[in-house]
Order: sequence, then structure tokens, then C-alpha cells
Amino acid sequence: MKYGLALFLLLFTLISCNKDDGGGAYTATPLNLEIPSFFEENILPPIIPEDNPMSVEGVALGKKLFFDPILSANNTQSCADCHSPQNGFSDARQFSIGITGEAGNRNSMPLQNLAWNYNGKFFWDGRAGSLENQIFEPVTNPIEMANTWPNAVASLQNSTEYPVLFDDAFGTTTIDSTMVSKAIAQFMRTLISGNSRFDQFQRGEIELSPSEANGLNVFLDESRGDCFHCHGNPLNPLWTDNIFHNNGLDEFFIDKGLSNVTGDPRDDGKFKTPSLRNLAFTAPYMHDGRFETLDEVINHYSEGLVYSETIDPLMKAVGEGGVHLSEEDKADLKAFLLSLSDPSFINNPDFQN
Amino acid sequence: MKKIALILMMAVAFVSCNDDDGNAPIENVTVDVNFTHNWDGDAIENADFDVIQYTNAHGETLSLSKLVYLISDVTFTNASGEVFDAGDYTLVNVREGSNLTFTPQIEIPEGTYSVSFTFGFDDEDNDQNYQDLNSADGGWNVPVILGGGYHYMRMEGKYIDASSPDETNYQYHTIRAVDLDDQGIISTLTDTSFEVNLGQVTIGNTTNIEVKMNVAEWFKNPNTWDLTQLYTMLMPNYNAQIMMSGNGANGVFSLGNVTQ
Repeated sequence: MKYGLALFLLLFTLISCNKDDGGGAYTATPLNLEIPSFFEENILPPIIPEDNPMSVEGVALGKKLFFDPILSANNTQSCADCHSPQNGFSDARQFSIGITGEAGNRNSMPLQNLAWNYNGKFFWDGRAGSLENQIFEPVTNPIEMANTWPNAVASLQNSTEYPVLFDDAFGTTTIDSTMVSKAIAQFMRTLISGNSRFDQFQRGEIELSPSEANGLNVFLDESRGDCFHCHGNPLNPLWTDNIFHNNGLDEFFIDKGLSNVTGDPRDDGKFKTPSLRNLAFTAPYMHDGRFETLDEVINHYSEGLVYSETIDPLMKAVGEGGVHLSEEDKADLKAFLLSLSDPSFINNPDFQN
Repeated sequence: MKKIALILMMAVAFVSCNDDDGNAPIENVTVDVNFTHNWDGDAIENADFDVIQYTNAHGETLSLSKLVYLISDVTFTNASGEVFDAGDYTLVNVREGSNLTFTPQIEIPEGTYSVSFTFGFDDEDNDQNYQDLNSADGGWNVPVILGGGYHYMRMEGKYIDASSPDETNYQYHTIRAVDLDDQGIISTLTDTSFEVNLGQVTIGNTTNIEVKMNVAEWFKNPNTWDLTQLYTMLMPNYNAQIMMSGNGANGVFSLGNVTQ
């Protein structure tokens, strides 16, 4: 009977519903994202790819890579050079300058709350299908880091530190570009901003000023701002739809945006809606950084809309340039927008070099 | 050895991955509901979006850029009055072709049913909080100052009329009707969702029900829609919402093919 019991236990172990074969695969220390409660209560969970689970070691490695110029061809430029924490992980320059001194043609995108980009399309024109894929491009872009992946991987492999750190994160000292992208993506998913004045208001900790409160009404009012159809509303703390729109900037397009990717002329002049979080730190604005101030942005929507065939139907009174907000409404709208900025995000020690 | 063999067999019997407990001799089935879209009979496909090609009953020529809408409470009522309703919902995005087929999460006995659904959310459903809808399309919910709840439909595009060749944007958004007083405070909320009864349908074990939306009907009956007047800022327009609901409930949806 003892043998029978032993056999039973053995069977119980072997005949399992668990698909994980437990074949000795390395597992780093699991890490749970610190998700603001308001996010948890009101929107879907963040997107974490099954093949790139968050880990303490992965995030630490990704952070080191993010701030290290080792990925660039001449060891002079890191991700953070164009995605600076103090600029909301964007660039104060209209166009970032690559290692050869050449400028790009789009403004560096702020990095925040990227794990909630449900449609998984990254860059102003959506050409990357995941955060991991997005990371591949700047390293080899000739006007950015201008490196090759074999060279970047060789630099990491030949360093004294990195093989050990990759071993800690992924269980191997043999580095490849996929692991580099996975580590940086893990770090980028930790860049969560959820503690602005408006977040504090949502949590019942503070009151909005009268100007901020009226600005919110302007933002939500269909006859005035009607910003919410693209930029979200108080129940959607992302403050972007992560969708692509032509917001009436130009009659003709030097940069066709989304249609460069889809090949569909109906997508001419469409660019991804940026989040309104952290605008206090992320100037200049628009995909090409054409506006230096928030006042210019508000004036654009109020008086400066320009018709083109693909202009979004949500743009109002295009023939008159916009809805012509009063000066008071403009000031209040700006006050509300600035209430979405989160100093604790850009100063978070976990996000600094 | 016999004992061991017995234990082995018992173990195999107990340690099973199959969730089916074998206590359901009656075959219950799920039903697929397939949404198709047309303009007075002409099928609307992705390539038809952003093309000014449709003429509404009032005479404006228009395009569709976006057509997204909410369906809830697909309900099956049998001859004895027994009601089957999963109480779930779906957000159909016509241009993207997403959620064109909806399978309510309920299994029902095969048979003949009266089938109906709700366009939008009735007040009971509209007052809940839905993480997936808050996350959809930048927030499918309606801001509280516009009455709260959720959008029922976002139909958008451009139109031209006889007086001018210029294109004008329109936003035909349907929500619960809200009336605001002079101070901007909500004075009246009216549930403008409506039930669509598709009639009798025989449900087998692989039934697919086609629901057809004739988009032209949103502009037609009983209210001939004048887009030159009612093209924008319709969400806070109480009367417009009542009219849109009236048109929606009169001929927009109909039963199409039922395949078994």
C-alpha cells in the first residue's frame, strides 16, 4: 500500500493541468508595476507581453541601458539624451540632434504610461507594433544613434558589467538585441505618471482652483474646447486616445505621418494624439515641435485650424479657423491642462540616472 | 498490483484537466450575432469611408469617417416567456472591422426565440462603471457635465450641401439626452437607448444571426435630418438626442440572414 500511495502522489505530480514544463528556465525576481488606484479602478490593466514579464533585474538593466551612451555608434548618446526625465522624457529642442550632428524631423515623444497603449502602436506615425519593437529603431537610425545592432551587442558583450547584468535579468551572459529591447521596455513600462494636481483632485485630496475647474469645463464642453473626444476625460487618466488624427495644422503635408506607414492616402497628415500629462515639462508641442508654448497650441485650436481633405471630423468650425474661445476660457483651459503635470514623476529617483 | 492499478485508474479519473463535469445532458448553445452595414442597400466597407458619396433624405451629400456603436442585452425569449440574457455588451467599430461578430456569453437550449437587443445602454446599465469602455476610443464614457453614462454611437464625417462646395465636419453622437439649465446644471436626463426586436429566430447549435444597420435611416424617419443645422454640438442638444433616438428606433436595424 505504501508503494501505491507513492505511485498516486507521483501521478498527481505528473498529470498536471499546468502547461509550464518547469524545465529549469531561469526566472528573475518578478516585479509588479505600481499602478495608481485610479487607473486600476477605471481602465483596463497595463499590457505586459507574455514573453517579457517584468522583473527587478530586467528593469534595473533597462534603466542602466536607457542612460548609457554605449548603444550609440560612438558612445556619445543615450536614450535619455533625447528623452530627458526633466523634460517629461522628451526633448526641449524642436528636433533632437543625433550623433552626427544631424537633426531629426519630429519632436521627441514624451514617455509615460506606455504600458496602457492598448493598440500597441508607437511613434508619432505608429510604425512600431510594440514597445520592444520601438526600441530597435533609434539605435540604428543614421540620424540618431547611428549604430548597428551587432556593434551595439558587441560593445555590451565586451563590457565588464553587462554580461553579469543580462545573466541576472535573463539567465544568460550571451547578449542579443532582443534582450536589450526587452530590458529597456521593462524600464519604460515603469515610467508611470499618476500624481498630478488633477490626480490629487480625483483622489479627493485637494480642490481645483476656480480657473482650473472652469478650464475642465471648457475642455469637456462640446461647444467650446471639446478636447475630450481625442484627449480623454476624467475617467480615462491616460489623457490620450492613442489614435491618429489630422488636427488641422496644415493645408499640405511635408510629413504625411500615418500614411507613410499604411500607404493609405486617407491617413495623410495624421499623427498620434499625445497625452496631455506633463505638458509643463514637454514643450515644444505637436509632432514637429512647431509650437513653443501652450498658448500657441490653444490658439491653434481656437483660431488657427486649416482645412485639408483628411482633417478630423472632430475639428469644429474649420472654416472660421476654430471655435474662437474667449481669452478667459483660454487662460482657464491652460490652467486645467497644467494641472495634469506631475512633478513627482519627473523627479522620481527611480527614474533618474 | 491490482490495488496499484485501481489507484492508478482512480488517479487518472480524478486528476483531469477537463472542466466539463458531465452533468449537463441537455445541449445548450451559444449564438453568434453578425453586424453588417449598408446605405439603403449598398454595403459599407472600409474602402467606403472618407468618400463623400451618400445623399441623405434631406439632400446633403456626406461621407462616413467613423462609425462606432454600442449594443447591449441581446435577449432571447422563448414561447413560454422564459428570458435568456447574458447582460453583456459589445462595441462595434465598422471602419476597423472590429467586433462585427458578437457572441453573448450565455448558453441557451435550442429552439425558437423572439430575439431583441438594446441600442446603447438603458439607464440601469448606463450608471455602471466599465473599465473596458472607459479605455476604448479615448474614453467611451460621457463626461458628467454632459450627463454621464456612455456614448451609444459616434458617427462622424463630412458633408456638402447645394449652397456651398465646402466640406463641413459633422459629429452625429448619440447619448442619453441631457437638458441643462441656464447655469449649465443638469435638469433632465432621458434614456434614449431603444430596444430592437428582430422577431422570431430558430436557434440551432451553430446559428449566426445577421443584424443589418441601414445608416441612411439615421437621417430619414420620422425626422428628416437637416445636417446643415444639426451637424455639431449634438451631445448637449436634448431635442436632437430625442430625434436621433426616434430615427434609430425606426428602421435602422433589421434582421438579415440567419444561417444554421
